[in-house]
Amino acid sequence: MKKSVSNLNPLTKKNFITLLICVVIFAAVQFWQASGSMGSLYQGLLVPICIYVIMAVSLNLVVGYLGELSLGHAGFMCVGAYTSSLFSIMTQSTISNSLLRFAIAILIGGIFAAIFGVIVGIPVLRLRGDYLAIVTLAFGEIIKNLMNVLYVGVDNNGIHIAIEDSTKLNIDYTNGGKIILNGPQGITGTPRDSNFIIGFILVMITLIVIMNFVNSRTGRAITAIRDNRIAAASVGINVTKYKLIAFALAAFFAGVAGALYSHNTASLSATTKNFGYMMSIMVLVYVVLGGMASLRGSVIATIILYALPEVLRQFNDDINNYRMLIYAIILIVMMLINNNDTIKNKLNQFKNNKNKSPKGKEPETVKEAEV
Amino acid sequence: MEFISYLVNGISLGSIYALIALGYTMVYGIAKMLNFAHGDVIMIGGYVVFTAMTTMGLNPWLSILIGIVFCTLLGVVIEKVAYKPLRSATSLAVLITAIGVSYFLQNLALIIFGAGGKTFTSVVNIEPVSLFGGQVTISGETIVTILVSVVLMVVLTLFVNRTKPGRAMLAVSEDKGAAQLMGVNVNRTISLTFAIGSALAAIAGVLMCSTFPSLTPYIGAMPGIRAFVAAVFGGIGSIPGAMIGGVLIGIIENLSKAYISSQMSDAIVFAVLIIVLLVKPTGIMGKKIAEKV
Repeated sequence: MKKSVSNLNPLTKKNFITLLICVVIFAAVQFWQASGSMGSLYQGLLVPICIYVIMAVSLNLVVGYLGELSLGHAGFMCVGAYTSSLFSIMTQSTISNSLLRFAIAILIGGIFAAIFGVIVGIPVLRLRGDYLAIVTLAFGEIIKNLMNVLYVGVDNNGIHIAIEDSTKLNIDYTNGGKIILNGPQGITGTPRDSNFIIGFILVMITLIVIMNFVNSRTGRAITAIRDNRIAAASVGINVTKYKLIAFALAAFFAGVAGALYSHNTASLSATTKNFGYMMSIMVLVYVVLGGMASLRGSVIATIILYALPEVLRQFNDDINNYRMLIYAIILIVMMLINNNDTIKNKLNQFKNNKNKSPKGKEPETVKEAEV
Repeated sequence: MEFISYLVNGISLGSIYALIALGYTMVYGIAKMLNFAHGDVIMIGGYVVFTAMTTMGLNPWLSILIGIVFCTLLGVVIEKVAYKPLRSATSLAVLITAIGVSYFLQNLALIIFGAGGKTFTSVVNIEPVSLFGGQVTISGETIVTILVSVVLMVVLTLFVNRTKPGRAMLAVSEDKGAAQLMGVNVNRTISLTFAIGSALAAIAGVLMCSTFPSLTPYIGAMPGIRAFVAAVFGGIGSIPGAMIGGVLIGIIENLSKAYISSQMSDAIVFAVLIIVLLVKPTGIMGKKIAEKV
């Protein structure tokens, strides 16, 4: 069954273009890397960009498609990072194939994050609007806080888990017993299995799964709930169930991103900057600036906004000191321009003129969610 | 006896949260936006007073006055430049702009004052009070914080309920359109709200820096989030709710630090918030919103 690209339905075409953009970017980066002219600064950005693209795309499922403001997405990333790291360290000697071990670790990270997503989602999704936002923030902070007081160690007798104090673990140090997760110091010695190619593959998987999910029966139910919850409930959509599915799926991919993150750093610890509300907000900024319910927008916005402050870093010291200030100003100005009526009208005029060309009707753009 | 000193310190911490939470809740009630930059106004207030008092060597009272005036103006300017153009935009757009303003203030302070901590000289010079024959000592800062907060809350309550601009604020938060039809100047009322909220933040900043003397560009973030939690806890949009919520959060934080676990106090505070919201989804003093079908 071969179809020419022009015969595909507009939605498939749109998704296809998004994936194509990713492949082109990937190929360009590979080419750049092969040419040897890529500096170490840019090399170091590749995996984090994959991580944040996955985070932004999965958060878009909750914020853009489900229409609920979540400020705790980094909490799920935290769960994924810690569980996958623990698994990798514990099985380092038993599973020698690092690719297989990493694949299982990613899955475990995702599944644990999804379980947390369900646990958090059941109470949270009863609330609405800003209350939901603050409770997701609270859960994110609780998860981060708990990771900081958790101690895990292994010895011949098995796995020991304790809270607040490493001496409570009762590890038998004589026979190779060791502490893996050491409270606020976190986990050191996670194998560095992440690389750009794995990151890219995970980005593609995330995009394909979420694209198909959004266009499935379940996905349509979710957007129906966003557009009008009461109307959706009255046609027999189980609101809580579908909200929970979206929430858990988003949490799963956040966990995957967390696994990628923890296997990219030498020492993993939970701070406000990496797993706290600051991170959740940063990802939310990517989603909103990329456009609600636009996966392509999320990908592009993440790449530009994540790379921007890092690229400013390489200039002389004057700019380097001001880079976060510049970032903040750009953020404010972009939001102001984005919501300026005169500029909006001009853009719409431009779009309408384009639509008049005989190319056929453009697919209707998805209405912005009101949160 | 220990319990009393923990409790009093908790009330003192809670009154600082309450002062900050008032700014959050009034702005939310009127502009229906989460002003994430509010915590950073506290930090700016701290730095301005520090500069006036320590660097320029001015009188502490004058320095505090300069800090309050500066923050009031800052709050009004932020509203005019960043939030006013977005009044008809989605609440998410305003939220992101507020985050942008927060980054801006933090990094501005970072460039001007550097990342290193500054030691804030306490503005309070009252001797600590001993109770129960020396078993409980309460520091001067604690007493002043509680007294100042109580006075400010009483004044604010009187202002909102008894004066014309105060009642205009209530009217705008109830129904912006109807208030405008009744002749309330909505723009001026919103500016006034930001001005009052920022002035309270400046005072909270001074009190906080007197109790915890280290001043860095990031000190505003965490108390800001705690105060935000307090505002939601008490029912966001409600002024008495913010006061009660703030004091309760302070007490819970201090008592859980003392009796349960010092490392897990964050988790306990947030867990209490979640439980309260699950039982009463609009907070302690929040109004129940009827849903239109």
